[in-house]
Amino acid sequence: MELDLANVSPEDRKEVERNVFFGTIEQLKGWARSNSLWPLTFGLACCAIEMMAAGGAHYDLDRFGVMFRTSPRQADVMIVSGTVTKKMAPLLKRLYDQMPEPKWVIAMGSCATAGGPYVKSYSVVKGVDQIVPVDVYIPGCPPNPAALIYGINKLQAKIRYEAKTGKQVTSR
Amino acid sequence: MSEENKRDDNPVENKPPESEAPPAHPSAEAEPKAGESAAEAPAAVAASAGQPPSEGDAPVPERRKETDEEKAARRKATLEAREAAKVAAALAAAEAAKGGSSASAAGAQPAEESAKGATEAPAAAAAGGSSASEGAAAVGSVASEGTAAATPAASEGDAPVRRKETDEEKAARRKAALEAREAAKAAAAQAAAQAAQGGAPAGAAGAGEGAGADAPPPKPPSPSQPRLDRVAVMLRELVAEDAVEEAYINEANDHLPTLVIKNERWGQAARLLRDHAELACAYLRNVSGVDYETHMEVVYYPWNMNAREGYCVKVRTDRESPSVASVTPIWETANWNEREIYDLLGIDFPGHPDLRRIMMPDDWVGHPLRKDYVPLDPEV
Repeated sequence: MELDLANVSPEDRKEVERNVFFGTIEQLKGWARSNSLWPLTFGLACCAIEMMAAGGAHYDLDRFGVMFRTSPRQADVMIVSGTVTKKMAPLLKRLYDQMPEPKWVIAMGSCATAGGPYVKSYSVVKGVDQIVPVDVYIPGCPPNPAALIYGINKLQAKIRYEAKTGKQVTSR
Repeated sequence: MSEENKRDDNPVENKPPESEAPPAHPSAEAEPKAGESAAEAPAAVAASAGQPPSEGDAPVPERRKETDEEKAARRKATLEAREAAKVAAALAAAEAAKGGSSASAAGAQPAEESAKGATEAPAAAAAGGSSASEGAAAVGSVASEGTAAATPAASEGDAPVRRKETDEEKAARRKAALEAREAAKAAAAQAAAQAAQGGAPAGAAGAGEGAGADAPPPKPPSPSQPRLDRVAVMLRELVAEDAVEEAYINEANDHLPTLVIKNERWGQAARLLRDHAELACAYLRNVSGVDYETHMEVVYYPWNMNAREGYCVKVRTDRESPSVASVTPIWETANWNEREIYDLLGIDFPGHPDLRRIMMPDDWVGHPLRKDYVPLDPEV
């Protein structure tokens, strides 16, 4: 089938302009990725309870395309929900490395953000960003499911923004 | 509010409020004039207010607070006492004196009234003094109650007069009134003169009870003392004369017999605790370690499952090269406990089959629960 663009009737041309959108493939990918964020469950403490509640029937993260995976190979977001100890840190780093690109990290709660109440502890990592690059920090101790959903929305906006502008908000 | 509480009035309260209510009710409730309600409010605040507002004032708070029975009864007694003290003080001091002299006069006044009247006189003092219609209706129980309540209030009668009572004073007065009321209830059948005389001791006794004056009884010997003596003797005889460094009862911990065992004798002592037919501590409940900065200590809790009784055994060691004989060969459960103590405090347990870190990473430097621990990476 040949498509002669020169001989498109004005009516057809009008119809095409009305129905076809133009954009970059990056934006298309960003749109797809941001709406199918598959997080790796990384519950470490009480924040994990809130994360589970967010995934449950009431808050229902599935409606945002967020479906928890139990394998890092299938995940593209790591929601670090809880206290990261120095003993756990190498395992967290390994799981992050096992995730395929592109990948993002959400630091959920004050422990994962900066050590939280355990900031003076000898055994707790003062922020998961010392180990892996973090895209979104969610404050709270613990953040409630609505806060987690807000953080996920922020990550989605960030993915679309970067796809559109090509900018990296954080350095990788 | 007052209507439904008036129904509660009958079962809860005695007759006098009922008899007081009808005269007060139509004037105070049925015709709620602005002037009267305004006169009631100062009556509760100002001591120099006239008697008619105070008469109308007394039943209203009574019926308002009668939803909760105990509270209402207590407050009613207090209110009556306050009214009595108010009137007595007003009579004695003739509205002028506000200082401490009126307090003594107020204290004297109800005493005189109650002394001269057989039954109704203290009731009159309680219910408002001059108004005969209220006071005459009071029966013996409430009369004595009112007198008993009035006496402690009158003894500190300057508080209602000056109207500067704090919450503490109020609470104390309420308590005294409650206790006086109960005392009066017991003495309800007695004559009013007796009750009036007994009121003052009742109030004093109430104050004494409130302060908790009774001295603690002499401490009885601990029920665990024979067990402690027995195990100490056995350890000295069967292990070594110097095996027991200290032996005492930990009363806070359910009179637990506590022994401090000499470090070198601990292995033998532990075996004795488990194997001896009388001690028979087949189970080790817990092992913990303590850093006292002057020395280290390991605390064991062996338990006799048959007799359902246990001991606490402490073994001390120095901080520089802390070492306590392992009891894992004796109680297998000590394995992980001793690993934990080694991990966090650095105490060595010679004889342990597998002494390595259990909680911290294997490459961790230092023992973090030691008081002199300095983190290798303080900022991470």
